[in-house]
Amino acid sequence: MDKKPVRIILAVLFVALLATPLAIRRIAARRAAATAVRDATSALNRYGFYLEEVGEASKVKFTHQAPTLDRRLDHIMPQVASMGAGVSIVDFDRDGWSDIYVTNSGESSKNALFKNMTDGSFKDVAPELGIADVNQAGTGVSMGAVWGDYDNDGYEDLFLYKWGKPELFHNDAGKKFTRVTDKAKLPEWVNANTALWFDYDRDGRLDLFLGGYYSEEVDLWHLKTTKMMPESFEYAKNGGRKYLFHNLGDGAFEEISQKLGIDTRRWALAAAAADLRGTGNMDLFIANDYGISELFFYDGRQFREVGNETGVGFSPKSGMNASLGDVLNTGRYSIYVSNISEQGVLIQGNNLWVPREGTGGDGLRYDNLARAMDVEIGGWSFGAQFGDLNNDGMLDLYLVNGYISADREMNYWYDFSKIAGGNSTIISDAAHWPAMDGRSLSGYQQKKVWLNDGAGKFVDVAQAVGARDVYDGRSVALVDLWNRGVLDVVVANQKGPLLIYKNNVAPQNKWIAFELEGSASNRSAIGAEVRLVWDGRQQVQHVSGGSGFCSQNQRRLHFGLGQDPRVEKAEIRWPSGKVETIQKPIIGQTYKIKESA
Amino acid sequence: MSQSASQPMDAQILEAAKRRRLSFDNRYIAPLFITFILVVGHLSYGILESYEKTGIAILSALVAELVLGRIFFGKWLNLASAYISGISVGILVRSPALWPFALASVLSIMSKYVLRLKGRHLWNPSNFGICALLFLAPETVAALSVQWGNFKWPLIVIWTLGSIIIWRAKRFHISFTYVVSFFAFAFLRSYITGDSWWAEIAPITGPMYQLFVFFMVTDPKTTVKSTFWQCVVVFFVAFVEMLLRLNHVVHAPLYALFLVGPTAMVIEIWLESRRQANFGKNK
Repeated sequence: MDKKPVRIILAVLFVALLATPLAIRRIAARRAAATAVRDATSALNRYGFYLEEVGEASKVKFTHQAPTLDRRLDHIMPQVASMGAGVSIVDFDRDGWSDIYVTNSGESSKNALFKNMTDGSFKDVAPELGIADVNQAGTGVSMGAVWGDYDNDGYEDLFLYKWGKPELFHNDAGKKFTRVTDKAKLPEWVNANTALWFDYDRDGRLDLFLGGYYSEEVDLWHLKTTKMMPESFEYAKNGGRKYLFHNLGDGAFEEISQKLGIDTRRWALAAAAADLRGTGNMDLFIANDYGISELFFYDGRQFREVGNETGVGFSPKSGMNASLGDVLNTGRYSIYVSNISEQGVLIQGNNLWVPREGTGGDGLRYDNLARAMDVEIGGWSFGAQFGDLNNDGMLDLYLVNGYISADREMNYWYDFSKIAGGNSTIISDAAHWPAMDGRSLSGYQQKKVWLNDGAGKFVDVAQAVGARDVYDGRSVALVDLWNRGVLDVVVANQKGPLLIYKNNVAPQNKWIAFELEGSASNRSAIGAEVRLVWDGRQQVQHVSGGSGFCSQNQRRLHFGLGQDPRVEKAEIRWPSGKVETIQKPIIGQTYKIKESA
Repeated sequence: MSQSASQPMDAQILEAAKRRRLSFDNRYIAPLFITFILVVGHLSYGILESYEKTGIAILSALVAELVLGRIFFGKWLNLASAYISGISVGILVRSPALWPFALASVLSIMSKYVLRLKGRHLWNPSNFGICALLFLAPETVAALSVQWGNFKWPLIVIWTLGSIIIWRAKRFHISFTYVVSFFAFAFLRSYITGDSWWAEIAPITGPMYQLFVFFMVTDPKTTVKSTFWQCVVVFFVAFVEMLLRLNHVVHAPLYALFLVGPTAMVIEIWLESRRQANFGKNK
């Protein structure tokens, strides 16, 4: 038989297959081009919102500084000292307007508390309140902060986590802050990059989770050895320990992590807690760098690690974010974990862990739908938050990224990939890492503002709606800064300015918000859930004591509703177990609800 | 005499056939070893991104081999080679998408049937498939470039076992030459760049190189025939890899083999055809 025609057909097919990736790329480029509007009016008409950076106009002048660590790390200093820009939202003086706390990481640099002056401007009041000068030499530097009313006096207190001595500041009625670290019995030194308040045992007092990154044995300013890097790029277990501080109610905390089953030394970068199974107990999710994520179910007595069996802890990546959101309006939380993707070098892809239909309780299983829903590739991703940016009734996703923006022409990826493949004896020693020499590593990246289309897809509209900065984004928080019924965006950038994106939303899309205050439950109502039912839809949100990467959103729960909504009810589930329902709540209002006694 | 001579001959043939039946077919050693690496790596560290991706890569390679073998050779081919290609793709390709695993496997197998010269295929199949995707779809595809696990023992076991198997397959000299060349060039790179020698040898301690050294550079179908020239070619693979590394090419070893392997094959085929032509003339 003459094979020639077959060979020709095969050759044509072969070429066609080779061309397939190019065709896929072309289609993706066309899709991206289709979203490319550049002016505010077009963005408003098309996407229902646009963002306007107003940091300077709001008198917010803050530029993050990175620390200078032990000289033996000089050659890779930008990489080691690459975190610390954190932002958290609080209404510290209970005036009804959200304020912004920002961390700084240079030695002797100052953190800032930007008080909302309600007229569009902010004023840094951290120095006069005693929470600015917290990065003094020998005490380490700030990485992030979370706010929670640990003593239920009505004012949010500040927990500051550092590469150094963690600090707790009591909020004295919004007038000043008193350092109560010693009374709280916090450890001397933790190289932490994540913390969150949550009342794990539902005793009405906020407890505290703290996650170590570098081992707590390491003083990054005075290294005993350069063998302090991760022992593997994907399987490292030589990171910092985890802490669970149980609130004893007298200002002191008892560390009980190991007693309750949280015993891990992975390199934690982010954590989030919520009742993921509908059991009434808070479950804890930890996103780890250099390894798998961990999920701890709490059964009322013990935490049990279930990452592998639920599916979220199977494939090791570089977890840098943990945020929860009901992205499909099913009344269940999905978990978003950011990772690293660099074209042609390392394509980890971010994870969107969506609860599998038909599973729940202890049999809860997750599927990674990041690719299917188009929220997978976000560069060297860091912080991300869910929030309804255009009030259309679906949660959108804001992601910041960019690792080290230095020389635009030269990058460090080759050397990074070279060492990342090394055995533990090589990779774990900083002395073996090639010098960065001013090169970038996934720098100058475009941010992602993924708009949820309500049909299972997200579309990146960042450039169209005005999120056009290319700083090295770390932390992002969503907040209605001016009580307008929209979510504004605050972004903390590593070695970059604090950005405030004022959100302008099409007025036809309606909203409703809830501010909760616990009585039997912790007063901050952290862990409380609101399930809103409207137009045959539902969405669940919870009050969070910290989420994303080194950040905390406003405690107020903001729901977009779309056009002409008919809200059926809002069901509030308190951490105490009580359930209250508001029938037919009025839209366009912020409900202030205190848990009934 | 002829009869008496034929009796021992028959006995020899029978004995050989018996030996073949009782002894293990060498073709299955490599697939078993690579499966061993995969299973041990996965059970120890969970190296697989997902079962689906590896499964798709293997299945695509097997199906492609069966179909193309049937079309071109009129028979169902032994699937050992296709299995190695598929599993290599499953391990070495890193992508959050599923389609690159299928595409890389199919391209790998097709390359054996399309890119041929004088009846021989030129590229190591999985090397071709992976490089093609790295060139054409860098936004979706990367190659495995990180370490499995943290311990030395799995590394020592894999290298030892791999060496024994490769020795048995009479390909040890290729792997050995490559490893020695890599270390020598690592010294040279370290001298040139000023980077730590540890940083330069770091990649070879990773799993990508385990597959590269034992399965890619030793592929009998895509290496030249003489032992000496096999060593020379693999030395040049290491040399080109060094040049690419000095130019900060991340997937240097894969690209070096992609460039050097077929070049050597073409030269050998050309020399062979010239020799045959001369032989024909002299005859």
